Amino acid sequence: MATFLIRRFAEAIPVVLLATLVIFLGMRLIPGDPALVLAGQDASPETLAAIRSANGLDQPLPVQYVIWLNNAIHADFGVSFFTRAPVAQLIAQRAPATLELGLAAMVLTVLLSVPTGVVAAVRDHRPLDWLISSFNGLAVAVPSFWLGILAILLFSLLLGWLPPGGRGDPLRDPGLELKFLLLPAFTLALPGVAAVSRLVKSSMLEVLRDDYVRTARAKGVAEQGVVLGHALRNALVPVVTLLGLQFGRLLGGAFVTESVFSWPGLGRLIRDAISTRDYAVVQATLLLLVVTFIVINLLTDVLYGFLDPRIRLAGGRSR
Amino acid sequence: MSTPAQSLTAATAPRLHTERTRWQRNWLRRQPLTFQAAVSVLRSPLGLGGFAVVLLFVGLALFAPLVAPYSPYEQHQEDLLQAPSAHFLLGTDELGRDLLTRVLYGARVSMVVGVLATAIGATVGVATGLLSGYLGGWVDSVIMRFYDALLAFPGIIIGIGVISVLGPSSLNVAYALALGGMPFFARLMRSSVLSEREREYVFAARAVGARDGRIMVRHVLPNTLPPLLVQLSLAMGFAVLAEASLSFLGLGTQPPDPSWGSMLNDSRAYLREAPFYGLWPGLALTILLVALNFLSDALRDALDPRRMR
Repeated sequence: MATFLIRRFAEAIPVVLLATLVIFLGMRLIPGDPALVLAGQDASPETLAAIRSANGLDQPLPVQYVIWLNNAIHADFGVSFFTRAPVAQLIAQRAPATLELGLAAMVLTVLLSVPTGVVAAVRDHRPLDWLISSFNGLAVAVPSFWLGILAILLFSLLLGWLPPGGRGDPLRDPGLELKFLLLPAFTLALPGVAAVSRLVKSSMLEVLRDDYVRTARAKGVAEQGVVLGHALRNALVPVVTLLGLQFGRLLGGAFVTESVFSWPGLGRLIRDAISTRDYAVVQATLLLLVVTFIVINLLTDVLYGFLDPRIRLAGGRSR
Repeated sequence: MSTPAQSLTAATAPRLHTERTRWQRNWLRRQPLTFQAAVSVLRSPLGLGGFAVVLLFVGLALFAPLVAPYSPYEQHQEDLLQAPSAHFLLGTDELGRDLLTRVLYGARVSMVVGVLATAIGATVGVATGLLSGYLGGWVDSVIMRFYDALLAFPGIIIGIGVISVLGPSSLNVAYALALGGMPFFARLMRSSVLSEREREYVFAARAVGARDGRIMVRHVLPNTLPPLLVQLSLAMGFAVLAEASLSFLGLGTQPPDPSWGSMLNDSRAYLREAPFYGLWPGLALTILLVALNFLSDALRDALDPRRMR
């Protein structure tokens, strides 16, 4: 297990470095001089030179990259070109909201997808399976932002049950926050629920045909025990990978969902930053998201190796 | 996989069918795999339905100027945010533009971006995957590490990153989505090539003196096409959805051009006054995405080796 862990971590490092390089070079490709943006249009050449040397912009690109990376490691992402606030502070204000939404959607995904997948597998080719499968077939394709608009139309404007958008304070009033959270989290989760539910079903169907399931039945284990105790545990192994991928998708999807429900998270931050050309913010937010995504992938792989001994014994290659 | 009912029909099928169908089946088996898959897709109800709907959208996109009742930019100042009526079949938007027209022209944007993104992504991905798998060595390492890094970004974030560099426009969305799609094509291609290049026909081609380039393009490539078909339809669906998402965020197609995503975004301000406004572009998008999903499911089933032959 230790060598497997070390190997996976060692493999992740070059990917993180490459990703930071891509972000760094991408931001340098943008037309326009960052010093000019910082100083304003009518700055004197001396001011520009001072700003350049203060920010290390007169150094060669590789040196700039190392400086930038070193600062990023110390959570120093510079100041916003637009509001002059430290970027780290802006992100710290918004990240909890995105994390809250992502986690809520993740919990919903697991709670809704595993039971429906198991039921669809046990009731294969029966009405309940058809119902679940056709629902999944539709849900996997419905764009979540449209679903969100329809949900606002129905639950907020027509029925008046839930607020159409915004976010409360989860610490001060958890009950109210739950009302704010319900529609966006459900909208964000639904496509993932459908995808995971489908995989749980096909994985369960495969496992239910295995010999050890027949053995369990033969020795008289009750059907419920066979399905939940023997089959489900093994059927969930491939599901873990998909759940890990789903979390990354949730982070991306959160941008759109946040926009639909006026949720004050990172999605809004980066969107506003792009429209005001606030590249320090864009750069830092992208970096944060990518590193999170890579770490989640890594954890998924580790968990996968933990669940399935064959993977860590067979050289730690999970893909 | 199959229920007792299904296996019963399968067992009785040869006896019920005539010699001609058996001949047809044998004829089909001699055709290229891609062709067999196409026939099998069109024979399954979901596949046929999906294909027909996608074809319909392609037709509407191509012939939008002939089908649409108005110009997509024409503003009817007297009729703002109208409900569906005989004059405006789907109603009008906040500037009095006909929604049916704009949904039809929106199909153009979706199709152009979807096809362009998929075509560029597939071409570059397939070419690099082919090189990577066939040549191996350091070429393989460099190409695949690059794609690994790319895969570290969720699709929509690649989109946002590229847009923040190039600026918002439909075309830039297509480039961004092409970049996001490349790793999937390259990986798929590489794994097929790895198994194909050890096959006898490659040795045979080399024995008669064919060069690497010719072997790759004329011999290996055609044999790896079938699994790519599934990826093509998946990538197209993803690109259409991502274009709508980015336009919804204001990072894709720019006003006044009609895109389903930006129409949905505009409609949010008028949910109370014009609940129909947001319904149509979302419905069009959903129908197209469901159809593309059906098509890729049918293709995957058709190409599943467990079900073939």
